[in-house]
Amino acid sequence: MKRYVYINDDESSKELYCDNRISNRKYTLWNFLPKNLWEQFSRFMNQYFLLIACLQLWSLITPVNPASTWGPLIFIFAVSASKEAWDDYNRYLSDKKANEKEVWVVRQGIKKHIQAQDIHVGNIVWLRENDEVPCDLVLIGTSDPQGLCYVETAALDGETDLKTRIIPSACMGIDFELLHKIKGVIECPNPDKDIRRFDANLRLFPPFIDNDVCPLTIKNTILQSCYLRNTEWACGVAVYTGNETKLGMSRGIPEPKLTAMDAMIDKLTGAIFVFQIVVVMVLGIAGNVWKDTEARKQWYVLYPDEGPWYEVLVIPLRFELLCSIMIPISIKVSLDLVKSLYAKFIDWDFEMIDQETGIPSHATNTAISEDLGQVEYILTDKTGTLTENRMIFRRCCISGIFYGNETGDALKDVELLDAVSGGSPDVVRFLTVMAVCNTVIPVKSKTGAILYKAQSQDEDALVNAAARLHMVFVNKNANILEIRFNGSVIHYEVLETLEFTSDRKRMSVVVKNCQNGKIILLSKGADEAILPHAYAGQQTRTFIEAVDQYAQLGLRTLCLAWCELKEDEYQEWSLMFKEASSTLVDREWRIAEVCQRLEHDLEVLGVTAIEDRLQDGVPETIETLRKAGINFWMLTGDKQNTAIQIALSCNFISPEPKGQLLLIDGKTEDEVFRSLERVLLTMRITSSEPKDVAFVVDGWALEIALKHYRKPFTELAILSRTAICCRVTPSQKAQLVELLKSCDYRTLAIGDGGNDVRMIQQADIGVGISGREGLQAARAADYSIGKFRFLKRLILVHGRYSYNRTAFLSQYSFYKSLVICFIQIFFSFISGVSGTSLFNSVSLMAYNVFYTSVPVLVSVLDKDLSEGTVMQHPQILFYCQAGRLLNPSTFAGWFGRSLFHAIVVFLITIHAYAYEKSEMEELSMVALSGCIWLQAFVVALETNCFTIIQHLAIWGNLVAFYVINLIFSAIPSSGMYTIMFRLCRQPSYWITMFLIVAAGMGPVLALKYFRYTYRPITI
Amino acid sequence: MTDASREEHTQRETAFYLFTQQRLPACKPVLTPAWVITIFLFTGFIFIPVGLVTLRASRSVVEIVERYDAECVPEPFSIDKVSYIQDDSIPKNCTLFLKVNKYMKAPIHIYYQLDNYYQNHRRYVKSRSDQQLLHGQKYQSTSSCQPVEFNNDQPIVPCGLIAWSLFNDTFSFIRERAKLKVNRKNIAWKSDREHKFGKNVYPFNFQNGTLIGGGKLNPRIPLSDQEDLIVWMRTSALPSFRKLYGRIEEDLDADDVVVVHLMNNYNTYSFGGKKKLVLSTSSWLGGRNDFLGLAYVFVGSSSLILALVFLLLHLKYRRPYGDTSYLPWNRKSLSG
Repeated sequence: MKRYVYINDDESSKELYCDNRISNRKYTLWNFLPKNLWEQFSRFMNQYFLLIACLQLWSLITPVNPASTWGPLIFIFAVSASKEAWDDYNRYLSDKKANEKEVWVVRQGIKKHIQAQDIHVGNIVWLRENDEVPCDLVLIGTSDPQGLCYVETAALDGETDLKTRIIPSACMGIDFELLHKIKGVIECPNPDKDIRRFDANLRLFPPFIDNDVCPLTIKNTILQSCYLRNTEWACGVAVYTGNETKLGMSRGIPEPKLTAMDAMIDKLTGAIFVFQIVVVMVLGIAGNVWKDTEARKQWYVLYPDEGPWYEVLVIPLRFELLCSIMIPISIKVSLDLVKSLYAKFIDWDFEMIDQETGIPSHATNTAISEDLGQVEYILTDKTGTLTENRMIFRRCCISGIFYGNETGDALKDVELLDAVSGGSPDVVRFLTVMAVCNTVIPVKSKTGAILYKAQSQDEDALVNAAARLHMVFVNKNANILEIRFNGSVIHYEVLETLEFTSDRKRMSVVVKNCQNGKIILLSKGADEAILPHAYAGQQTRTFIEAVDQYAQLGLRTLCLAWCELKEDEYQEWSLMFKEASSTLVDREWRIAEVCQRLEHDLEVLGVTAIEDRLQDGVPETIETLRKAGINFWMLTGDKQNTAIQIALSCNFISPEPKGQLLLIDGKTEDEVFRSLERVLLTMRITSSEPKDVAFVVDGWALEIALKHYRKPFTELAILSRTAICCRVTPSQKAQLVELLKSCDYRTLAIGDGGNDVRMIQQADIGVGISGREGLQAARAADYSIGKFRFLKRLILVHGRYSYNRTAFLSQYSFYKSLVICFIQIFFSFISGVSGTSLFNSVSLMAYNVFYTSVPVLVSVLDKDLSEGTVMQHPQILFYCQAGRLLNPSTFAGWFGRSLFHAIVVFLITIHAYAYEKSEMEELSMVALSGCIWLQAFVVALETNCFTIIQHLAIWGNLVAFYVINLIFSAIPSSGMYTIMFRLCRQPSYWITMFLIVAAGMGPVLALKYFRYTYRPITI
Repeated sequence: MTDASREEHTQRETAFYLFTQQRLPACKPVLTPAWVITIFLFTGFIFIPVGLVTLRASRSVVEIVERYDAECVPEPFSIDKVSYIQDDSIPKNCTLFLKVNKYMKAPIHIYYQLDNYYQNHRRYVKSRSDQQLLHGQKYQSTSSCQPVEFNNDQPIVPCGLIAWSLFNDTFSFIRERAKLKVNRKNIAWKSDREHKFGKNVYPFNFQNGTLIGGGKLNPRIPLSDQEDLIVWMRTSALPSFRKLYGRIEEDLDADDVVVVHLMNNYNTYSFGGKKKLVLSTSSWLGGRNDFLGLAYVFVGSSSLILALVFLLLHLKYRRPYGDTSYLPWNRKSLSG
């Protein structure tokens, strides 16, 4: 499908395409309530509670006032809804701001000032310097005579360097005044979200030039949310507007991730639900039997002889309602609340602020902090993640001579400096490639120094190094490059740029030397992308050796080559290239094919070696996390030797004899299979030995292994604690994550560049490093951090605490609900199994929503061990990884505790308050206060560190309980009138309370102490 | 800004900083042997004396309990007690002789005790209208009172099963031919009389139906003065309960014999409930109930035993505090 945009035609496209109104809103004012309610009710838990609440409206079966369920339910819905509404309102405000921004647009041939939302497809939009681009535009004119303009795309892809954009050749030279009247048609694909591609064509209508079709690329566009820089003005045709822009299309709500803990909690909820059904059935049957045998004799109950048809259901339904509190209604809200606080703690953490850039860590996804504590596999990118991605030119090998080997820095190598000043032709050509073959833009600063704006750190390093070696890239004026070498100035005209892609693994430029008119092809790229294309007869052995030698040192290598072209050869090729560039289908592939035809018979000039230093603290971080039982996989696009060297230097793998590297390689299926089998065999044997065994696999073998030998490879993945995968593509990275996830491992993927985005999105937890390659990874990630070393703190401190806290909070929520529910069940046995509620509605509601929720919420401040201890003994993380704090058996412990506490409260209450004291309201208040006292002490016992806030919440809550009930007891119309006052005056009440606390907590304390001191859990 | 307010400001900022960094000053109690043993010892030493004092208070209460439901049925009806109680023509009076074993100091509480009587049954406990009790016939939405809501299309005041089943046995006490002074006033809660039962609400259409439940009410006395009803309507949470009937305001000496003339009107025979008459003095703790005292002594001595066990364990398996070689991963390497 294609879209035809008629330039400057107000009528034709107005109805066809949407206007430029941006809307990120989920709701409108009218559909908010129904839509939000619908969304909330799509959760099973909410449906369940709604059913319960509806059943309670039937007064025959409701044990308590329906308000006791409706109240909390409405409260919880209101909390979620207001959060949604607030978020949506903020989105609305920011939309509004963008929509109402004033822009200059040509209407009926006249420039007019209109609001951004009124822009239509086909309109011509004028921008001034530093303006934000309101929609996706195809450039047709700029203030620059060469038709260039500069844009900052930080908001789009996070890259902070300036990018050049150029007007299409067809619009070149059109007069400023005529731009108002320009007419034509742009043929472009339907909106998509690929911000690196725009395969379109432009045809201007007469009188503007001819009918020639002019190809358009992403280079000819400026996209929404970019800023115009260093250019006085620019104008363009709107092609995509509103939510159909590249930015708008790439927005989207990512699928919510579910943590392992959430899954466990859901499972436990299911178990409790089943238990509840069983209890209801048993009690329902018992109740009906009792009714038919005993209750008929109890004349004062006055049971009718003939009941309605649903008579038999009444008692089970009553018990269903009584037991519905078994599933705590507040758990979701509490969990959401504490989870957002965990995220805030990550945002706030001063120790995770990158001191260099001042960027704090950020948790984009607030719901998965617990998973951080349960990570088992970390898959990490190399460049920019483990390393700094600050490239420094270190060594080179020019036509067989190694420079920089002694000093470790070629720029200080006297031999090289001599060769440069001597003007050795090989060296000069080598330097020319370094300085010219790139997409760097030199910018003169005010002091006169030249700064380079480069998209790739490698190019930046090469150009800078060339400049240090007196081959200075001074200025780029449209297609003319100005190079200063040893005092003389050389001009090159760039004819064609054959861009870098990760498939081609090389880039080339075709330039014309303006002095002598020679056309040269300059290439640089990975060794395997350059060396095979050397002209027949060139000895490449020294270069291969050089590449190997440099890779051994952990340096990144690039091969430089050049080739002189004949004029007619170039012209012929140029036509093909133009044609390929203007195709709409498979353009990238066609271009690659055409490039291939030019890049042959190269003369390899030499090899550069660039150092990428490890980030601070990387070895320590990896060592600590490995001690914590986390397995590391390194996935990199780099070559095998470089990857292995980096892996060695950052403690990823141990050197021989302690460590052992097993290589999986091969070009054919058989070879790969055999090598896989061999590695697997070694792995099985050595798995019992305390030896670090790692396997190394390259992209090619990986492709075959994943396709044909998935099973043995999966087994290998399980056995191996460490792996290095080199030469892998972004999609292979994602596949590896998928593979580990399918084995039920919790995976964390960390990376910094656009090529890591897929892996980051695929993993259970994605961590992005907001590094030099832009923010693309950080944006896609769940967490973004400034440096790799923060990962240690993120996992060991934040992840672990979050896990511990949620484990306590969720189980406690069930515990407190079960306590009160068990008491109700016990009470039903002494009330004729008729479904009477011991507690009144107010108490039940307040118990769940208030008395027991507040103290436990402050458990988000609890720290079982100090941060220092955890960092010192990272093995502690094993407990979290293995899920030792929240699993069916710990849950059974809490279940048992709730049963025990219910028995204690119930038995003590009915015996201490027997006979003349057995008045219903009093007895129920005694039982309730017994529960509240126990809750306070249970929370206190499970709290490991008391800050002032915890003291306030735990003991203040106890005081608040009395204050609230005394207030209720002072209202004559309430059922509790005077009850609390009477109780507080009775010595027996207080004696009973202390008895409940001592009898309830004594065994719990003794058991906990005994287990902690004499039976610690083994790992 | 003054110095003081600035100081306060920075203090608040520091507090927030400490909160965000999760570094609020905290105390971290650890369950060390010393602490745990001390806690249990302490509990033991507190609970046992308190238990003994409580037990003493409970034992100081003198209590006479006499079951009378079976005895008061004349011999011929002992097989079919229900027909006896339901036959209005048979006189229901009955005499009990209570022997006082110990000196009882006034006031002596008179309770009637019902066993196996489910005042907490859901159908029963809900069958009342608090609003009607307070406002009388003016208040009309009394659907909660079903099935005792209307009779002959007239509302019943007080409505509901609880009022309908009012206990109606009566007792009078004679010692050495002299009638004992029994105070039947102030047996209900003051708050109930004043705020829960209306002063201008009179019984209406009560016990007029075909099915008579329990006692009748004097239609000329307002509900707030019908103390038997008020006591009865404070439902009990347990199937066995005592309710106050009155107070004897004279001391009873040991070996006194109290003759009780009672009207055995109330039907507990159909469901096998027991009726008991209880005379009891009271202490600061209330009536006679050994449970709290015994439980305290039990919990206290258990604590002492636990403390002792933990002490022995600690002496036998002493381990230094904070020794990392006990950590599981370190221990594994020690043994392996």
